Amino acid sequence: MTLVKNNLVIEDKWTFVGDEEDLPKTNAIVTLKRWQEDREALLARFDNLGIVLRSDENPQVIAEDVSFFQVIALDFPVYTDGRAYSYARLLRERFGYKGELRAIGNVLRDQIFLMHRCGFDAFEINQGGNKALKIWLDAQKEVTTFYQPTGDGRNTVLSLRERRRLAKSAS
Amino acid sequence: MTKQVVTANRLDDGLAVFYKADDSWHNSIDQASQVDAGPEAEALLAQASDERNQLCVVGPYLIDIDKEGAHATPVRYREMIRTLGPSVRPDLGYQAK
Amino acid sequence: MYKYDDYDQQLVDERVEQFREQVNRRLSGELSEEEFRPLRLMNGVYLQLHAYMLRVAIPYGTISTAQMRQFAYIARTYDKGYGHFTTRQNIQFNWPKLVDIPDILKDLSKVQMHAIQTSGNCIRNTTADQYAGASFDELEDPRPWCEIIRQWSTMHPEFTYLPRKFKMAVTGSPSDRAAVAIHDIGLRIRRDDQGDLGFEVMVGGGLGRTPMIGKTICEFLPKEDLLSYLEAILRVYNQFGRRDNKYKARIKILVHEIGAETFADLVEKEWVHIRDSALQLPQSEIDAIQAHFTPPPFEVLPSLSSVFADKVATDQAFAYWVKNNVREHKQQGYAIANISLKPVGGIPGDISHTQMDALADLADQYSFGEIRSTHEQNLVLAHVKRDDLYALWQKLDAYDLATPNSGLITDLIACPGLDYCALANSRSIPLAQRISNRFGELDRQHDIGKIQIKISGCINACTHHHVGHIGILGVDKKGQEFYQITLGGRADEHAKIGKIVGAGFSTDEVVDAVETLIDTYLNLRENKEETFLDAFNRVGEQPFKEALYDAR
Repeated sequence: MTLVKNNLVIEDKWTFVGDEEDLPKTNAIVTLKRWQEDREALLARFDNLGIVLRSDENPQVIAEDVSFFQVIALDFPVYTDGRAYSYARLLRERFGYKGELRAIGNVLRDQIFLMHRCGFDAFEINQGGNKALKIWLDAQKEVTTFYQPTGDGRNTVLSLRERRRLAKSAS
Repeated sequence: MTKQVVTANRLDDGLAVFYKADDSWHNSIDQASQVDAGPEAEALLAQASDERNQLCVVGPYLIDIDKEGAHATPVRYREMIRTLGPSVRPDLGYQAK
Repeated sequence: MYKYDDYDQQLVDERVEQFREQVNRRLSGELSEEEFRPLRLMNGVYLQLHAYMLRVAIPYGTISTAQMRQFAYIARTYDKGYGHFTTRQNIQFNWPKLVDIPDILKDLSKVQMHAIQTSGNCIRNTTADQYAGASFDELEDPRPWCEIIRQWSTMHPEFTYLPRKFKMAVTGSPSDRAAVAIHDIGLRIRRDDQGDLGFEVMVGGGLGRTPMIGKTICEFLPKEDLLSYLEAILRVYNQFGRRDNKYKARIKILVHEIGAETFADLVEKEWVHIRDSALQLPQSEIDAIQAHFTPPPFEVLPSLSSVFADKVATDQAFAYWVKNNVREHKQQGYAIANISLKPVGGIPGDISHTQMDALADLADQYSFGEIRSTHEQNLVLAHVKRDDLYALWQKLDAYDLATPNSGLITDLIACPGLDYCALANSRSIPLAQRISNRFGELDRQHDIGKIQIKISGCINACTHHHVGHIGILGVDKKGQEFYQITLGGRADEHAKIGKIVGAGFSTDEVVDAVETLIDTYLNLRENKEETFLDAFNRVGEQPFKEALYDAR
C-alpha cells in the first residue's frame, strides 16, 4: 500500500483505529461510531485526529465538525460504489473542509482522476511506491478538458469560452 | 451423464470459441473437449480460466451438449445460436462458412 | 446542427487515446476483465453472443451526412457491412474487433462523434423529438438543451459510478415523440403564466422489471437553472439510490420508495446550495449553443405544390407513401419525410452501408445535409420541399428505403434479441419478421390503421414493450421461447403502462394471437377512425382476453 499526495509518495503517519482497538499516541483515524461516542475524549487527547467514513456513512453527520479533523478518509469498498464522489464534493465545497481528503479501498488508476476532480488530494494505492506514483502521474495526463465546474479550481470549457467571448468583444 | 464443453469469447475479436484440453481455443464446437458434468467439467473450466487464458478469452463457462457421433450440439437455444451465428442472418457468423 | 469547438474536439480526442491505452492494458494483462469491463462499457463496447458490439451515440438523434457516410465507412471497413439503429437514437455495430475499436473511435472523432457513456452506470445519450426544429407544434427546439446536457454529463467526475444507468429525454412539443415520461429524467419545454419558456421536470420513469411513469417534481424550471437542478437530482440519487440490489437501483425505485414529494424536497434542499453556482448558464452560452441550431435557409414557397399534387393524384404508390410517411412541417412548402427501416419481413432498424451512403446523398440534395434517428428505429429527413418529395421518394425506393408503413402495424419495434444480445431470453427479430409478413399486405395495413407493436427479448425492455399498444415480451420457459402480451400501453404525452393480458404464447402460437387481437379490434371498432388504442380504451381488455383465451 502506498500513499500518494501532491505528486509524491509520502510516508503515512496516520493509524486507522478500529472501534475496539487501543488508541495510538497521536495521528489516529477513528471510525464514525467512535467519534460519535467518544467525541469529547478524543478531542481532549489528540491534537491530530482523523476520521474514516464508510460508503454508507454520509458526511452530512460531521458537517459541523470538519474543522476538528486533519484527515478525512472516504472508503470505496468497490470502485463501482460512487457515493464518495458526492461526499468529497460536499466536504470540500459545502462544509468547507480544508484538510487531507484521502481515498481508500478499491482505488484504481482509471478512477483516481475523477476522485481528484471531486476534491480528494491523497490516495492509498495498492501498489509499490514507484508503480503507485506512476499510476497517479499517468492518470493526471490523460484528460485536460473539463465541462463541469467542481471545487478543484480547474478551468471549465464554459469559463474558457466566456473568456474568449470577452476577448473578442473587447477587440 | 450430461456432457459439457467450455466456451468463452476470444479477447481480441470477441468471437465465440470452444476449449480443448490441450489448452487451445477453437471456432468450432466440434473441436472442443467433451467432459462429464461434475468434477471433470469443473476441472476443465478451472484450467480454461487460469491466468494465462484470461489473456486469451473472456468469461469461460460450461454448456450442456447433445452428442451425435463426433458432432456436438448445444442443448440450449442460446448456445446453438452462438455456435452458428444470428438465425436471421444465415450469411453471417460460423454458419456462413 | 452543433459543431464541436476545439475544446469539445480535444476532449473526444483525449478520450480516444485514453481508451486505446486501456485496451492495451487489458491485452497486456495489466487490467483484469473485471477492471476493464466498466471502462469498455463507458466507451460503448459490449461483449455480445457472437462478438463485441459498439454502440455509438447520436446526440438527440441528429446526424450530419458526413457522419452518416462515416457510419457507412465503419460498417464496410471494420464490420460486416451494416449497422443497427436502436430505440435510443444510437447506432450499433455488431462485429467489431476489440483491437480495432480505438481506430473506429478515432474515425468517429473525425466527424465529431463518440461512444462515450453509451453504456455503464452513468448518464447516457440524451434523446429528443426526432422532428425537432421542424414540427409545427413545437414551442422551442429541444436540441440546444440536449447539447448543453451532453457537455455537462460527459465525463462528469461525480456521476460516473451511479447506482445504475441514467437516461434523459427532452421534448419541445406538447405532442411527445421522445417518450419523456419513461425516462429517469424527462424534460418538457413549456410556458409559465408570464409566457416565459422553461422546463417541466419529471423523474423516475422507466420500464424493465418495475415499469413506472415519471412524476413531475418541478412544474416550471427557469432555463438558466437547468444544470444546477439536474446536478441536484443526480447528487440526491448518487447518495441515496439503492446499491444493494441491481434490480432496485434505478432512480424510479428511490422516487417510489420515498415518494415523489419527499424526493422533490431533497432535490430542492440540495438545489438551494448550488443554484447560484457556476452551473448557472449565462445567456451568452445559451445563445452560442442555440446559434448552432438556427433553422436552415428555407425558401419562401407557396403552400401548394402543383408537382406534388399532380404526382399524388397520378401515382398510387407515391400517394400511399405520402399518406403514411410524410408529416406536416412548420415551414410552408416543406414536409417531414419518415424513412422506414422496416421493410416487410426485414430486420427492424438494420441498414446497409450502401443505404447509408445513398441516404447521405439524398439528405445533401433534399434536406440541408441532415438526418434524424428516431426511437422507433427509423430515420427522418426533416426538411424536404414538397416539390422534391416525388423525386426523393423514387430515389429512396431504388434503395428499398421507401416502405410506406410509418405508424402502421409493420412498423414494428424489435430489439436484437437472442440473435445477438447476451442478455436476451428469446429472439425478437424472427417474431417481428413473421408478424410483418402476416400483415404485410398494404390494404390490410391501411384497414388496421395506426398501431404500435413493440417486441423485447428480455425484461430489460429495450423496445419499451410496456408502452406499446401491443407489447410482446420474450421469456425463457424451460428452455423454450415464450411470449407474453401486454395491451394498452402508450409512450406519448398520455403515457401509460400496458397490462399483461394473460398467459404467454409459444413461438408457434404468438403470431396467431396477434392476429386474434387485430381481428377482435376490427370487429368491435365503431368506425374506421377509431384506432386500436382508442377501441381498447373504450371497451377494456375483456373482449381481447376472451378472444385470446376462451377458444383454448
